[in-house]
Amino acid sequence: MAAHDVMPDIELFQPVTVEDASAIARRLEGRGWVLAGGQDTYGWLKDRAKTATAMIDLGTIEALSGIEETADGVRIGAMTTLRTVSRDPLIRERYALLAEAAGKVASPQIRNQGTLGGNVAQDTRCWYYRRGLSCYRAGGNICYADSPEGMNREHAILGASRCVAVSPSDTGTALVALDAVMVIQNGGSVRRVPAAKFFVGPAVNITHMTVLREGDILTAIELPAAWAGAEHYFEKVADRDVWDFALVSIAAAFRTSGNAIEDARLVCGAVSCVPHRLNAVERAVIGRPRSEETAESVAGLASQGAKPLNFNHFKAPLMENLVKRALRS
Amino acid sequence: MTSNLSRRRFIKGVIASSAAAATSSAWYSAAANDRPAGAVERLVTLNVNGRKRPVDVLPQETLAHTLRYKLGLTGTKLGCNRGECGACTVLVDDINHYACSMLTHSVRGRAVVTVEGLQRSSGELHPVQQAFIDELAPQCGFCTPGQIMSAVALLKDNPNPTREEARQALAGNLCRCGAYDHYLNAVERAAKSLRAEGQIT
Repeated sequence: MAAHDVMPDIELFQPVTVEDASAIARRLEGRGWVLAGGQDTYGWLKDRAKTATAMIDLGTIEALSGIEETADGVRIGAMTTLRTVSRDPLIRERYALLAEAAGKVASPQIRNQGTLGGNVAQDTRCWYYRRGLSCYRAGGNICYADSPEGMNREHAILGASRCVAVSPSDTGTALVALDAVMVIQNGGSVRRVPAAKFFVGPAVNITHMTVLREGDILTAIELPAAWAGAEHYFEKVADRDVWDFALVSIAAAFRTSGNAIEDARLVCGAVSCVPHRLNAVERAVIGRPRSEETAESVAGLASQGAKPLNFNHFKAPLMENLVKRALRS
Repeated sequence: MTSNLSRRRFIKGVIASSAAAATSSAWYSAAANDRPAGAVERLVTLNVNGRKRPVDVLPQETLAHTLRYKLGLTGTKLGCNRGECGACTVLVDDINHYACSMLTHSVRGRAVVTVEGLQRSSGELHPVQQAFIDELAPQCGFCTPGQIMSAVALLKDNPNPTREEARQALAGNLCRCGAYDHYLNAVERAAKSLRAEGQIT
C-alpha cells in the first residue's frame, strides 16, 4: 500500500450541540468519523488505511471545551486542548500528574491542537495495523507483530490476546491513576464510565480500544477530589523527547499519612493494550514510606506475568526501574 | 516562457488553471445537490494576515493547502504534510499550529498569521525575522518559516524565555541541517530586541 500525504475526498459536519453530533454519527452508521483535534485522524485518512464518508467535527461545540471546578473535583471538557490541560493553574495545583502527562504528549504544536478526549480515544500505533494490513484488530485473522519476523520492540508484554498492540495515550495512565470518570453522551442519554473501564483490551474487544461506540461522544473527564493534591510521579521513556510515543511510561499517585503510604495508584503505559495498573505493587506499598528500601523490595512485582515478544524484553526491567523511581521520595 | 517569467510565477499559473478546472467540476457536483444536509458551506471568508480572504474551501482541505494553493501564501512550507516536521507552522489566534494538520474550516472566525504576515506595514522585517538573519540562523532555509512562527508564538507567550524554554518551544520544528543552536541564538537576540522595543507584536 502506498503512503499518501493528502486528505481524501470526505464530507465535513460541524454541529454545535452534542445531540446533533451524536445524531449525525448514528445516521451515518459507522461511516462517520468523530473528529476531535484530528492528530490521530488525519494520519489514518491520508494513508487511506481507514476510510469514512464524513468527519463530524466536535470543535464547533463550545460546551465541550474548558475546565471547571465541581462539587467533587474538577471537570475537563473533552475538547480542551492538551496545551490548556498542561498549563491550567487549577490542574497544575491539584492534579499535577495529569498536567505533566499532557505536557509530554508529542510536540508543542500537536499539544496546541490535540485534545484530552482525543488523546484517550486515539487508536494504537502498531505499524502493521496502521499500514492497513488485515490483522486481527482490522478484522483479519493474523497478528503480524507477533510472528517470527515481526518487529515488536514497541509492543505489549502484558494482557495480549491475539493482538499485541499497546495503548499509546500519555494521559490515559494519569487518568486511570487519578480514578477519573469519563462522561459519554449518546443522543439524550449520558453514562459515566471509570477511566479504568473506558479502555478495553483485545480479549474483550479486539477492534476497539475504548468503550466508545457509534453515536457515543466523550464529552468530559471528571477528576475526583479524593486525589487532589496527591503526591505524584510521571515519567515517559521514549526514543526521542519530542514527537514520540512511550516505550514505557509510569503515572503514580500517592496519598500519605505521616510517612506512610495510605493509598497508591501506579499505572504503566505502553506495556499493554490498556493503561496497566500495577495492583500487586499498589497493595505491597500500603503502610510503607516512599523510600529506596520500599522501592527495592516491591519493584519486582511490577512485571509479574509479563510475556515479552522477540524484541521487547527490555520493557520488563524498564517497568521495574520506573516503579523504583516513582517510589523514591 | 519569456525570460522575465519566474519559475514560481509559471508554476502558479499552471496551478491556477488546473484549480479552475477542478473548481468548475466540483461546482456542478455541488449544484447537483448530492451534499448531505447540514454539511459545511464551501464559500468561507478567512482572516489571514489581518485581511479578509474569501475562498472556496473543500470540506477536507487542510489549512496548509488553502494557504499555499488557494491564497498563494507559499511561505508556509509543506515538508511531511502529516504533523511530523513543523515546516507548515502558522499562528492561529497567536498559538502555533501545524497548518497541514488542521482543517481550514476549523479556522473560520480565527486569526491566521503566516510568515508573510509578520512584516510591519512600514516594510520593515519583524524583529524575529531580523534576528534570524543577523544570527545567520538558517542554513538551507526550508524549515525557517516554521521556526520563525514558533519563535514568534513563544515570545508572545513568554517575552523572556530561558534557552531551555526556547528549546522546548521550538521542539516541534525539525531542521535537517541541524542549525538548532543558531535558531536558539536568534530567539535570544529577538527576545532582546523585542524587549528593547518595549512591545511584543
